[in-house]
This record gives sequence, structure tokens and C-alpha cells, in this order.
Amino acid sequence: MGLQIFTYAIHKAGVADDSAMELIAAAGKIDSDAKVTAIVTGSGAELDQVCNTLSECCSEILKIDHEALAYPNAELIRKLLVKILPDNAVFLAVHDTFGMDLAPGLSVKTESAFVADVVEFEGVDGSNLKIIRQEYSGMVSTHVTCDISTGAVLTCRPGSFQPDEVTGAGGRVIDKSGEFGDISVGRRFLEVVEAEIGDVDITKSEVLVSIGRGIEDEDNIEIAEDLAKAMGADISCSRPIVDAKWLEKARQVGTSGQTVKPKVYLALGISGSFQHLGGLKGSPFIIAVNKNPKAPIFQVADVGIIEDILEFVPELTEKIEEG
Amino acid sequence: MEILVCVKRVPDTSENEIEVNSNGADIERDDLVYSVNEWDNYAVEEAIQLRDKVGGSVTVVTVGDDESEEVLRREMAMGADKGVLLSDDAFTGSDGMGTTAILKAEIEKGKYDLILTGAQADDGAGQIGGMLASILDVPYASLVNYIEVLDENKIKVGREIEGGNQEMNELNLPCVLSIQTGINEPRYVGIRGIRKVAKLEIPIHGASDLGISADSVGAAGARVKRVDYFVPDFGEGAEILEGSTDEKIEKMIEILKAKGGIK
Repeated sequence: MGLQIFTYAIHKAGVADDSAMELIAAAGKIDSDAKVTAIVTGSGAELDQVCNTLSECCSEILKIDHEALAYPNAELIRKLLVKILPDNAVFLAVHDTFGMDLAPGLSVKTESAFVADVVEFEGVDGSNLKIIRQEYSGMVSTHVTCDISTGAVLTCRPGSFQPDEVTGAGGRVIDKSGEFGDISVGRRFLEVVEAEIGDVDITKSEVLVSIGRGIEDEDNIEIAEDLAKAMGADISCSRPIVDAKWLEKARQVGTSGQTVKPKVYLALGISGSFQHLGGLKGSPFIIAVNKNPKAPIFQVADVGIIEDILEFVPELTEKIEEG
Repeated sequence: MEILVCVKRVPDTSENEIEVNSNGADIERDDLVYSVNEWDNYAVEEAIQLRDKVGGSVTVVTVGDDESEEVLRREMAMGADKGVLLSDDAFTGSDGMGTTAILKAEIEKGKYDLILTGAQADDGAGQIGGMLASILDVPYASLVNYIEVLDENKIKVGREIEGGNQEMNELNLPCVLSIQTGINEPRYVGIRGIRKVAKLEIPIHGASDLGISADSVGAAGARVKRVDYFVPDFGEGAEILEGSTDEKIEKMIEILKAKGGIK
């Protein structure tokens, strides 16, 4: 008999997030005979829509419907999961801002092993689960073993696991709302403050000239702006540029910034972390200029140029202006 | 407000190319430039600003070897009041749970209202803050980019969530927060600043000082183990343009025009 693996499904407005299916696929990578149980928490009728979708993909769904769960407060959900999960359970969540909030503490409370940001599972050997992770912004990968004999809490990188074909699994939905009881927590959700919209909406740009740490200094941003002007493109950036307050947050491409879908994306001095690439959709043509030949951006770019942007970009601008 | 900040010494990825060593057991560590983990720097800056606003003290702590003393000193030069180094041969090879157990033992020797960590590290998993909160049984919020002290017992925090949105929460004190970059602008520390704190004593606490049994931490107690490092085969990757700079520019303009990159 296979392992029993629990997944936590993220959903919004009655629609299961892509990651919900990815986690079910990830469970299959751990053990192809696994019995997969998806856990869905929330409030109201939209929860049933999500359960229906998931019942096509896995054999069992645990539904917890409570008005206190209308917004996913990780503290509440952690306490709820501690009640629901059996001893020594293997539990998967997605490595996003919710999973990072929820999972490490859950592993303490369930006395399980914890591994974050998994990009691949390579099966189980005895009680050791074999895992691949990345370190140093994806510059190197590591093989990791995790002893799952006393359970495990694992978070999976979004987009790393391809969802299986929908098989019509006919999963059973079990209502566990009664388990909620009276959970009290020391953290209360107040509100979500929406991001400000900047003077240029980069989500609508067709061509983006995007700068990263390689720009080195605020004064150098001008050379990227000159290039963008010559090309008729808009300026965007990666996270360190916004952290340094050199450009406004609305210019940031990435999971914690904007999701853009240009035709052409010119990455200047951007290393290419997965959080940054997570904000690039619609398969743009990517040209990367970086002085580090090992920068992960070259793994995903269509065309790469190994040059220092501070020297290369002004020359490029000049040539474009010459026509 | 008594604030503890957990920091870590890491290879500085902006200063180094990270490569796998010859047998794959580790990254190539000769000639690596180390620094304090970038996220931790923001956490220390935030702690100092909070202390300056509401009073109290800032203690920085790290689990590491003798070399880690330099990151504590750097954070003390920023303005932290005290530094504590948790170091013992028995700590080597600890997984996240092991490191958390070591920190917990130190934390319970004092009384802290607020414990901060960096949200993640380049060689880590973003796990220590969440584990600490759970093991101490206090509230937790990750990826914090805003803190406001409401009163002696409550704070309001903003979390950075997807799409650049901010999730506002109210937490009871004491609590643990993991700090996201960008929450503030960490102050610059020069050589002179570090010299000023060069003579301050930094106590070193080992397993016996902390009352930790050696087999519960380190490699012996770890359920999660790193086997090796490798560079995966990503397939073809980018077509790298070769030639002189002029040739590369010419080719690039051709490609840009063909793909609609020049209007």
C-alpha cells in the first residue's frame, strides 16, 4: 500500500490555483501509489466549487468550511491542521507567501521533518525521501534526504511540478468543518492593502528593458532609460532595485511584484531568481546581458550576451540611435 | 522593548560566483567573500529603529563558528547593544530544527518581547522564524515589510504577499517576525564603526552552557541532510552571442528588430 499524502489547496473566488494540481502531481512523484488527500479550507459556496474540481484529480478531499477561514490566516490554519492530520503524515504545501507563513511552524507542531522550496522528488529509499532543492538563487542545486518516518512537511516551488492529466478520480469529499471547534490565535488578519499603480503600467508593455543588481548605482539607471527610449520600450526592474528605492514598486517584475507579458524582455544585469522569473508570463523572447556567465538567467533566456551592462548598454544605445 | 535578532554569516552572492567543489560535497569555499545575510541586515536595522522609538535593547545572536563573530560585530557597529555567539562542535550539521532548538535555549535564558529573523537566506530555507515561533508557542508573521507598535501588548505588521500587495495583521506580543528586504534602508557601517565595537565582549555559549544534549542537535539529530551539490543540466539554455562587442551589438540589434523589440 502506498503512502498517504496530504496536500493543502490554494484557491481564490471558487477556482483552485494551478499549484493545487501541481501538489497532487508532486505527491505522485514521492510515491506513484500514494493515496492523495487534498485539504481545502475557506468559507461558503465557492468552497464546494473548488472541492468539485479537486475531486477529478485526487481520491479524497477534506473540506473545512468556517467563516473564520474566509481569509487564509496561517496561524488559524496551522492549528486546524494539527487537529486534522494523523500522526506521521506527509504534508505538502506550495512555497509561496502563504506556505512560507504556514509550513515551518507546522513541522514543529506535528514533530515532522521539514524541507522548503522543493523543485523535484526522486522517490523514497527506506524511510528517506530523496529531494532536489536549489541554493544561492539557483546557481547550484543540492540533493537532500529527509527522514519521513515521523512525518514530513514539505513546500514545493510553484511551477516545478507538471499537473497530471485530469483522470476523473471521482474523489470523495468529506466535510471536516466540525473539527474547527474553538481555535484562538494571537494573530488577527486586518485587511489587504492593494499595490499602488505607477505612472506606467508595465503589465501592458510590449517591450521591457529590465534592470537588476548589475546596474550597481542609482546614477546608472539613466543608461537603461536612454536605451529604453531609443527602443521605444518601458523600464522595469528586479527586486533589489526597488529595495534600494531607486525605482517605484510598480516597476518590479516578479512574484512579489507585477506579472508582465511583453513580446520582448531585455534583462540587464538580472541574475534570474525564480521569484523574478515567476513574474514573466506569455513566453516573451528573452535577451539577457550579464557579466556572470553562470547567471541562472542564461538558462531561460533565448539569447545571451556576456558583457558588463555598464559598458555594453551605452554603446548599444548609440548604435540604435544611429539607426 | 527587548528585541532579539537572529542573524547568519553567509557567502555573499553579489560578490562571488558560487561553484561546486571537485567532489561535489560542498561549494568551493576558498576565496569566498562572506557577509551578513542580506535579509538579516534589514531585521537588525528595523530592531534598532524600533528601540530608538520605544526604548529597550537590541541583542543579535547567531549560531556559527568563530568566524561568525565578525557578523555580530558588524551588527553591533550598526547599533545593536549586545551580541551572543552560539558555538559548539556539536552544532555542526544541524538542520533547521536543530538550529531552532539551539536558539530556543538561548532565548529562554532571557526575556524578549520581539524576536526577528531575516525572511530567508541564500543558502537556507526561510524556516527558522516560523519554527522558533511554534517551539516558543507565540504568534508568527513572515515576510514582514511594516511594523507599528500599538501598545505594550500588540503590534501591527504588514506582510508582503503576491502581486506587491500588503497583508495587514495585528499580533500579540511576544511574537516572532521574519523580515523582508525593503522594509527600511539599512545604515552603512564603515571600518571606523567596526573599530569602535572591536573591544566589546561577545559571550560564546556552547551546548553545555545552554543545557542542550549534543546528540539532539548537529548532524546526529538531523532528519534533513544535504547529500551533495551539483549543477543541473538545463538543456540548451540561451544562444550566447560571440565575437567582438561591435559584432554582438550588430547581431543583437538584428534580433531585436526581428522580434519587434525596436519600435
